[in-house]
Amino acid sequence: MKSPSTLKFVLAASALGFSFAGAAQAQETIKIGSVLSATGPASFLGEPEDKTLRLYVDKINEAGGINGKKIELVVYDDGGDANKARTFATRLVEDDEVVAMVGGTTTGTTMAMIPVFQDAEVPFISLAGAIEVVDPVREYVFKTPHTDKMACEKIFEDLKKRNLTKIGMISGTDGFGASMRAQCIKVAPNYGMEIAIDESYGPRDSDMTAQLTKIKNTPGVQAVVNPGFGQGPAIVTRNYAQLGMTGTPLYQSHGVASKSFIELAGPAAEGVRLPAAALLVGDKLPENDPQKKVVTDYKQTYESATKQPVSTFGGHAYDGLFILVEAMKRANSTDPQKIRDEIEKTKGFVGTGGIVTMSPTDHLGLDLSAFRMLEIKNGDWNLAQSGS
Amino acid sequence: MRAFANHRFLTLAILAAVIAVLPLVFPSSYYFRVASLVWVSALAAIGLNILMGQAGQVSLGHAAFFGIGAYAVGIGPAHLGIPSWAALLLGAALSAVLAYLVGRPILRLKGHYLAIATLGLGVLVALVISTESGWTGGPDGMPVARLTLFGWRVSGSDTWYWVTGGLLLVGTWIALNLDETPTGRAFRALHDSEVAAQVVGVDIARFKLQAFVIAAVYASLAGSALAFMNGFITPDQAGFLHSVELVTIVVLGGLGSVVGSIVGAAVLVTLPQALTVFHEYEHLLLGLIIIVSMIFMRNGIVPSLSALFFQRARS
Repeated sequence: MKSPSTLKFVLAASALGFSFAGAAQAQETIKIGSVLSATGPASFLGEPEDKTLRLYVDKINEAGGINGKKIELVVYDDGGDANKARTFATRLVEDDEVVAMVGGTTTGTTMAMIPVFQDAEVPFISLAGAIEVVDPVREYVFKTPHTDKMACEKIFEDLKKRNLTKIGMISGTDGFGASMRAQCIKVAPNYGMEIAIDESYGPRDSDMTAQLTKIKNTPGVQAVVNPGFGQGPAIVTRNYAQLGMTGTPLYQSHGVASKSFIELAGPAAEGVRLPAAALLVGDKLPENDPQKKVVTDYKQTYESATKQPVSTFGGHAYDGLFILVEAMKRANSTDPQKIRDEIEKTKGFVGTGGIVTMSPTDHLGLDLSAFRMLEIKNGDWNLAQSGS
Repeated sequence: MRAFANHRFLTLAILAAVIAVLPLVFPSSYYFRVASLVWVSALAAIGLNILMGQAGQVSLGHAAFFGIGAYAVGIGPAHLGIPSWAALLLGAALSAVLAYLVGRPILRLKGHYLAIATLGLGVLVALVISTESGWTGGPDGMPVARLTLFGWRVSGSDTWYWVTGGLLLVGTWIALNLDETPTGRAFRALHDSEVAAQVVGVDIARFKLQAFVIAAVYASLAGSALAFMNGFITPDQAGFLHSVELVTIVVLGGLGSVVGSIVGAAVLVTLPQALTVFHEYEHLLLGLIIIVSMIFMRNGIVPSLSALFFQRARS
């Protein structure tokens, strides 16, 4: 009679012991979650984000963590599928019980995950581009990348300085291109821009001469804007040169801001302008630029650790992680509510994407100065001389 | 016949019991979510299995119907002012009509012409969904209004667990019953030998078409359920990869086996969740497990295992 009850007691005691041990361990670390598209069609965005987060979380932990607590990073790969992203988001919130999340590679996956974090009241710093993520403002949702609306505004600002007001547009029909095209059309009147012709191409098209010829034959077009990412813009740029249209300025978007664009487009890329983050021209920034130190440090750290060229996408993850880390330091707490409040109070944070100052009505916190107008010269990025 | 009927009720009873008991062991609502996804995928797969397992035709664009169902409940309430439940029925009707129109000329031909036609249809529907951004929100997807039934707002992972579980039960019941109807018998005759079926007077083309329409309606309803559950939809629900996933579920679970489709869905939905601990080797392992199970259980998980079980029992 005695032995079964003793056994039960021992079992119960050890079970209790285990649960206490688990609780004690949980208190020593801070769990941060991330759902990224590290594989699949958006992997060129998600992979550098993934590497950046892991790299810097290790660094923060080596340096002693946040307020003496180590960070535990939980990363899931959604493969670019919004439905999977939603499931992983639920898992982060319900099962892993993270205090905050930095992730959401694409606008689609981010939008699918937003309700999960809003319902659970856990702060979510998104790495997706479109403005819908923070407009309308949602209490628990923030983002770090520039919006496509800002890219349009930056381009139009530059066009206005050059006294060019009649433009042609050729946009990709992928998510990025379609969203930016809509934003450009929306803000064009604010800058007195007239869109004389509006063409489009499919994300996998291999020749855009037909659309460009139409633009060429439209009278009075003074400049051409090409919202899109991936290989499309490189083909547009090549066709553009083949048709002898280089006399008309060509503007690309921040979507092509990686070295592979220059490689793909070749000499045709000479003279092309685009708005992009300071990260791409870190070594060309003047010494007194406030972002100089952050972007050169990040570039060096990332490139020496991964042996791959730096991209602005990884930079967004860097910004998201450090906005969160600083907010947690200020909050001196792991309460998601307090962390959220502190993220919203982020002021003058110098990141790779720009200088971030958030407010209850602005969960992005970047202005147009975050974008630099670049011009491709001699196969490399250069800061464009404004007004020339 | 009696044995068959008992077998049917036993299957249903076991499924109902599983659905009822699982929540008792779920530690958090994340598990409700994963289980709901299993039920939804299983529902679509059961439909597809009627086409693949019974009528011997493959649909390589089945996600198109899934997408139509999903986008119907998104677009209906948002742009046309149709109540959600009506949009669900409309989506199912639209899928049925589309399947009928595509299947009618093609299913008169012999061979795998339907596979090619549905492949094209799938690409086409996905293309329309991602380009008509005024209606569908484009590649970034669109939000879906919550389902409201008689003043009851259906939301929350656990609520959806019961709703999708219920849908699956009904879907399973219909699919199992189909076996016992003249249509079901015709399907089985078709499956065994098309020539023999034709000789005894089965209108092959008509029954294949019926199977295709039924499969489309199943997928459409599953799509609507998922859209309501997520509150947000993206075009990849209608994409080619999702079509392949549905075919994989059917083949993995076992062609012609209703239970097989449920088991296949359970494996394919939960395995990636379980494999996340392997991080970079996740996809490698997933592929490996599927290949190995197809090598050793060539008829699919459920038929292979039950054959093994009965063999043991007999000897």
